[in-house]
Amino acid sequence: MAGQSDPQSSVFSAAEMEFLAEDEIIEVVPNMRMEPLNLISGDYGPFRPQIAAQVPLWLAVALKKRGKCTIRPPEWMSIESLTQVLESERDSPKEFQPLPFHYVEISRLLFDHARDDIPDIYMVRSLIEDIRDVRFHKVESGLETISARTHAVKLKNLSAMEVNIVRPFVVRTLQSFYKHDSPEMIQQPVQMSTSRPQATDRGPRRDLRRR
Amino acid sequence: MANESGFSMEEFESLMATSDVELLKRAWRNEKSAPEILQFQASLVQRSREQIQLMEGTIEEITRNGFDPLIVSVYQMDMDRAQYMLRSYLRTRLQKIEKDMIHISKTDLWNRLSKEEQSFSKRCYENMKSYLDESVLSKLPSGYQSDLKQSNASEEDDMVPESNLETFVFCKSESSIGAIPLDDSADEIVDLVAGDLYVLRYKSIKPFVENGKIDLV
Repeated sequence: MAGQSDPQSSVFSAAEMEFLAEDEIIEVVPNMRMEPLNLISGDYGPFRPQIAAQVPLWLAVALKKRGKCTIRPPEWMSIESLTQVLESERDSPKEFQPLPFHYVEISRLLFDHARDDIPDIYMVRSLIEDIRDVRFHKVESGLETISARTHAVKLKNLSAMEVNIVRPFVVRTLQSFYKHDSPEMIQQPVQMSTSRPQATDRGPRRDLRRR
Repeated sequence: MANESGFSMEEFESLMATSDVELLKRAWRNEKSAPEILQFQASLVQRSREQIQLMEGTIEEITRNGFDPLIVSVYQMDMDRAQYMLRSYLRTRLQKIEKDMIHISKTDLWNRLSKEEQSFSKRCYENMKSYLDESVLSKLPSGYQSDLKQSNASEEDDMVPESNLETFVFCKSESSIGAIPLDDSADEIVDLVAGDLYVLRYKSIKPFVENGKIDLV
């Protein structure tokens, strides 16, 4: 008997998610001079005082911790942009707004290490929390539409952390439906299987998000 | 099956534009998310090793030459990250081998392992077998002493665990692939839009994971 797959093995830990997010590129404004860095992960710099430079987040945080730069929060983290995202999230119950794949981790890292570089940090933080909540509620209600005929789920714009949280549940649910739906489990009469709805009308693949 | 050397021109060009760390990260992610063991990325692992060694040399040199400690620590961090990724990739594979070693050794999957992994798998199996023989199997009635079969009456090895390819995975494709059949009868298809995230049955996208067209998330 093929046993149930181990859900643990496919899940990334929170630390691993953060590790992945730390490779995202962000803008810093150095207050020192430093020659270009030729790293395994890429070439960055040169660094000149007051001249913005693009670096991966881990490098930005490292420089910031040593007081060598300020970090420019990305455009999507501005109050205007977040307010708009939150509104759109609330307005469209089935769609997710495009946000960086690692938006949760990036904002967390910046809140932890660059709080003085984020204007109106309390407002920004609470907006992101609200967005997370709204999105997560949508994910949860979307999960209710998974049924025996779900062979594929489309999750446009779902972020890394959201994926990671729902993964064990979604995978196990789909697996169970698939298993019990298989011909070995139920001997379906021939007429039944031909009357199955086709993909055109509310087909078997019921997307979380309508296209 | 995915072949290390058989890149098309288009794939080769996209490879040239991507750093090895990026490729290693992709391999690591796919390996972690796939239910079965994937092809060992021999040349990528080799190149990553060389880059890490080179970086070790650089760090030694700039430390000796009295460079700014900040620069030294940045180089060190960069190397640690690459090293972590490489180790985690190898370790993930070892965990899979430990889990499915018998199944892997009996099938084509065996060729996906590196030489070192193959010898690890062999030793691992020998250890497990002698442990099972000594502690349990030798005390069972004859006819029930196999580590592969429930009893001599079994025609096949029916006690060998194997990875469940019917499981579902989260995946994404960078380019548009077109319609993918979701089951054997092909009466249900999904049209993968580039960049969008899907949850699909691993078996239905297995060839695309193996040739690098679809990435697991």
